[in-house]
Amino acid sequence: MYVAVKGGEQAIARSLELLAEARRGDTAVPELELAQIRGQLRLGVARVMQEGSLYDEELAALAIRQAAGDMLEAIFLLRAYRTTLPRFGYTLPLDTTAMRVRRRVSGTFKDIPGGQVLGPTYDYTQRLLDFDAAVAAEVAPADVPLPSDMPRVLDLLDAEALIERIEPGSDPEPVDLTREPLMFPADRATRLQNLSRGDEGFLLGMAYSTQRGYAESHPFAGEIRMGEVDVRICPEELGFAIEIGSIVLTECQMINQFHGGNGVPPQFTRGYGLTMGEGERKAMAMALVDRALRCDELAEPNHAPAQNQEFVLSHSDSVEASGFVQHLKLPHYVDFQAELSLLRTLAAQHATDAEEQPLSAAGGQRS
Amino acid sequence: MDTSPHLARPHWMSLLAQADPAELVQAMGAFAPPADTAWLRPAQTGLYMLRGRVGGTGPQFNFGEVTVTRCSVQAGGHIGHAWVRGSDTRHAELAALADAMLQDADRHASLRMQVVEPLRRALDCRRDEASRKAAASKVEFFTVVRGE
Repeated sequence: MYVAVKGGEQAIARSLELLAEARRGDTAVPELELAQIRGQLRLGVARVMQEGSLYDEELAALAIRQAAGDMLEAIFLLRAYRTTLPRFGYTLPLDTTAMRVRRRVSGTFKDIPGGQVLGPTYDYTQRLLDFDAAVAAEVAPADVPLPSDMPRVLDLLDAEALIERIEPGSDPEPVDLTREPLMFPADRATRLQNLSRGDEGFLLGMAYSTQRGYAESHPFAGEIRMGEVDVRICPEELGFAIEIGSIVLTECQMINQFHGGNGVPPQFTRGYGLTMGEGERKAMAMALVDRALRCDELAEPNHAPAQNQEFVLSHSDSVEASGFVQHLKLPHYVDFQAELSLLRTLAAQHATDAEEQPLSAAGGQRS
Repeated sequence: MDTSPHLARPHWMSLLAQADPAELVQAMGAFAPPADTAWLRPAQTGLYMLRGRVGGTGPQFNFGEVTVTRCSVQAGGHIGHAWVRGSDTRHAELAALADAMLQDADRHASLRMQVVEPLRRALDCRRDEASRKAAASKVEFFTVVRGE
C-alpha cells in the first residue's frame, strides 16, 4: 500500500526539465527525425507496435524518441495513447495465406512450392561489428517476381493427414482483452491475444524453457513467413468489404510431436505465432508458448511453468509488470513505518527473551 | 488491368486507400472539388481491432489494433466515403472526394484515367519491385549426405 504525499512540485518540475534535457542530448547534434527512426530502426518500431498493440509506425517512432529508446516505456506510451482514440470496429480476419511474401523459410522441408526466400535477415551475418556500414547496398531485383500464390508449408503434411487440421469451425466471436478481463481457463483465441501483446523477453524465456525440457514438445519451425497483408473492413455504411491499406506481418507455424490422446491419433500439432512488422523471434517464441499452453486440450501432463496458463498469461504483459515492479518507488512511508515499529517491538521482545532463557535454548531458534 | 467501362466501387475504394498519399495528392491536384462539396463527417482518426486466425486458418482472435482515418463527403450529388489505414487526414479526405466523384457518370472516366489507373500502376510497380528483390534472395538448399 502506498499513500499520497503532498509537496515536491518544484522538484518534479525540475526533474521533468532534466529529463527533457537528457532526452535531447547534445544540442550540437541534430535531433532524430521520426522518418529516420521509422526507416532505420524498423525492428524497434515493430516491437513497440506489437507490444503496444497498435499498428502505427509514426506513433511508434514518436514513442521511441520520447522514451529515449527505452522500448518498454515506448510501449507504455503507445498503450496509453490508444485509450484516447475511439474504436471504430473490428477488421475482417487477416488472410496470411494471401501474404505478399518478402521472406519465407522452413526448417522442415528444403523443397517447398514457391521456394525458400531469405529476405532481409540477420541469420547469415557474422555478428561482427561493422565500423564502415555507411555504404548501403542496392539489391538487383530478380527477373521474375515471386509467385503470387505461396502455399502454406503445413498443407503439405495436411494432405497426408499427418498434422492436425485447423478450421474456423463455428467461427465464434473471440474475447477482446481490451474490453473484458482475462478469465481462467482462457481459450486459445484469448491466449493468443494475450501472447500477441506479451513481452518478447518474457515469452522468449518461457519458450526456451520448453526446449530445455520443461514441457518437452519437440518443435520444428514448419514455416516462417513475412510480408505484406491487406487490411479489410466491411463498414455498415457500405455493406461491402474494402481494403483500407496493408501491414507487414510475421507468421510462424511451429510443428510439434504429439503422441495421441483425448481420442486423437498420433499426429503433428501446431503452435502459432503472429507479430506486426518483422518480429521473427517473438513470433517463434509465441508459437512455442502457444503450443505449451495447449497441454490440457491435448491431455498432456501439465507440470511446467510454460504450460501453466495462469502463470504465463498473468505475467506476460510488460506494461502491467513494469508498473507493479516500479510502483515500489512510490512513497510507502506509512506502510514502512508500521513495519519498522513492529520490528522494533519484536527485536525488543527477542532481547528480553534472550536474557531470560539459557543460551542453549536460544541457539536453536531461528527468526 | 480491368477493362470494363465502369470500375466497381470496392475496387476503387481499396485502391485509393492502398495508394501512396503523396501520389494521391498529386493526382487529385487536377480536380477541383465540385461546388456543392460538403464534409458530412470530417476526417477522424480512430482504431480498428485487427483480427487474426488461430493457425492462420482457424477461429478468429483479436490480434491488436490499427489506426484508421475515416471521412465522408458530399460532392457532385454523391456521397463519398473513405477509410484509410494510419492517421493521414489529407489521405482520407482526398480518397472520400475521389470516391464521390467516381460515382458521378460524367466525371468517372477522367478520374479513372488520371487518378485511379496511374495510382494502380504505381502500386503494382512497387509491389513487383519488392517481390523481385525478395526473389533475388531465393535459395536452393542442398543436403549433404554423410558417410558416402
